Amino acid sequence: MLTRRIIPCFDVDRGRVVKGVSFVQLRDAGDPVELARAYEAAGADELVFLDITASAEDRVTTYDMVAATAEQVFIPFTVGGGIRSTADMKIMLELGAEKVSINTAAIQDPDLISSGADRFGSQCIVVAIDARRVEGVPGSWEVYSHGGRMPTGLDAVEWAVEAARRGAGELLVTSMDADGHQQGYDIELLRAISDAVPVPVIASGGAGGPEHMAAALTEGRADAVLAASIFHFGTYTIRQVKEYLAARGIPVRPVPDPEPIP
Amino acid sequence: MRDRVVVIDYDAGNLRSVARALDFVGASPLVSAEPADIAGAGALVLPGVGAAADTMRNLRERGLIEPIRDYIAAGRPFLGVCMGLQALLERSEEGDQECLGILPGDVRRFPAQPGLKVPHMGWNTIEWRYPHPVTEGIPSGSYFYFVHSYHPATPDPALVLGETEYGLRFPSVLARGYLVATQCHPEKSGRDGLRFYANFVRWARDGAPVPAAAAAP
Repeated sequence: MLTRRIIPCFDVDRGRVVKGVSFVQLRDAGDPVELARAYEAAGADELVFLDITASAEDRVTTYDMVAATAEQVFIPFTVGGGIRSTADMKIMLELGAEKVSINTAAIQDPDLISSGADRFGSQCIVVAIDARRVEGVPGSWEVYSHGGRMPTGLDAVEWAVEAARRGAGELLVTSMDADGHQQGYDIELLRAISDAVPVPVIASGGAGGPEHMAAALTEGRADAVLAASIFHFGTYTIRQVKEYLAARGIPVRPVPDPEPIP
Repeated sequence: MRDRVVVIDYDAGNLRSVARALDFVGASPLVSAEPADIAGAGALVLPGVGAAADTMRNLRERGLIEPIRDYIAAGRPFLGVCMGLQALLERSEEGDQECLGILPGDVRRFPAQPGLKVPHMGWNTIEWRYPHPVTEGIPSGSYFYFVHSYHPATPDPALVLGETEYGLRFPSVLARGYLVATQCHPEKSGRDGLRFYANFVRWARDGAPVPAAAAAP
């Protein structure tokens, strides 16, 4: 049976993971490769790296990071942040990312979704959507660009439908209202989008515990849940989350045995 | 050079991931599109993601179809991955594309069903139909990473080494003689995926007996 995916997310700046990761005994908690290996062993189903490196010159460090990760990590990983063209996508995919995530660039030029999907396949193209509730209008969310700083006037559900129609293989949906509060995902947003699109939806923003993930995967009808802090700060392990979900009948891939890779 | 693992280079999206996994299990693969390298390979791996038509066009334009056919016809060790499996069948519904026709069967789109998202993306189980050297140490029902919108189908049950359920039950791993082909991505399937590659490399190198599928129910 196809399982629901648990996806830790890392912010990366100049090839280093930022926002402390404290749960595992690591020599260097900023080293993306060591972290990714630790999370793979801990049972993560996929990983997302969000590159927050500001300058184009420094982005070379991200390329090195992606290449080094791909040599050591054998679960799928997605790279987002700063991808503006099919040329940028090609670099990341050739270096070893399984998928690329686009957000602002897709809003500014929706053709980028179709051209990326045509060239590399839909399965590589994740469209990330940052959405905030429209005050006073129940069941309505507006899309924000530029890392959540700029309102776009786009309706989140309509934009999700268009992104999928243009060839996005997956949508990464972040509730800006819920993000950082650890009080749960925006279930209504997830459900509105999941019901409207034929492609998988990754829930993001608001995870405080396994009960929130269960809600996103059942009531929210998401296919995968993404979280950062609760894993990085050691509040919950991936095993705890998976055991919680499995006990509620939600299909998950069991955490692999701690035996060495052949 | 007869024991060299050769990964066929035709610009496939997962080419490097497949090569990295083989490298990780100690195979030091050669990535090549040279017919001489293919003919002399100790084991040949055909990767692939994306559309059937692009795959077949790329193979044709690079003159790889006959070398692959000849290699497989000689009964040498071969592994197809994802589109590298689909290409072996007779036809694909994706753009009504004619494929290599090395194995009987075709490639079909997952049927539209309420709640069934396409692509089939994520970790799913594979049930082995019989013991095989490539699955050694990997229990039936282990999880592998899949991402595809079209699935293989074959009229020959003896070809089916592994099966997976997604809306319907489809053959996710095919095998015949020294040929194995998998719809999932072992190179993205963690430890069990690496074990699969390690098993394939060892099987190809040691020349272990080819199992018979005849015992399958």
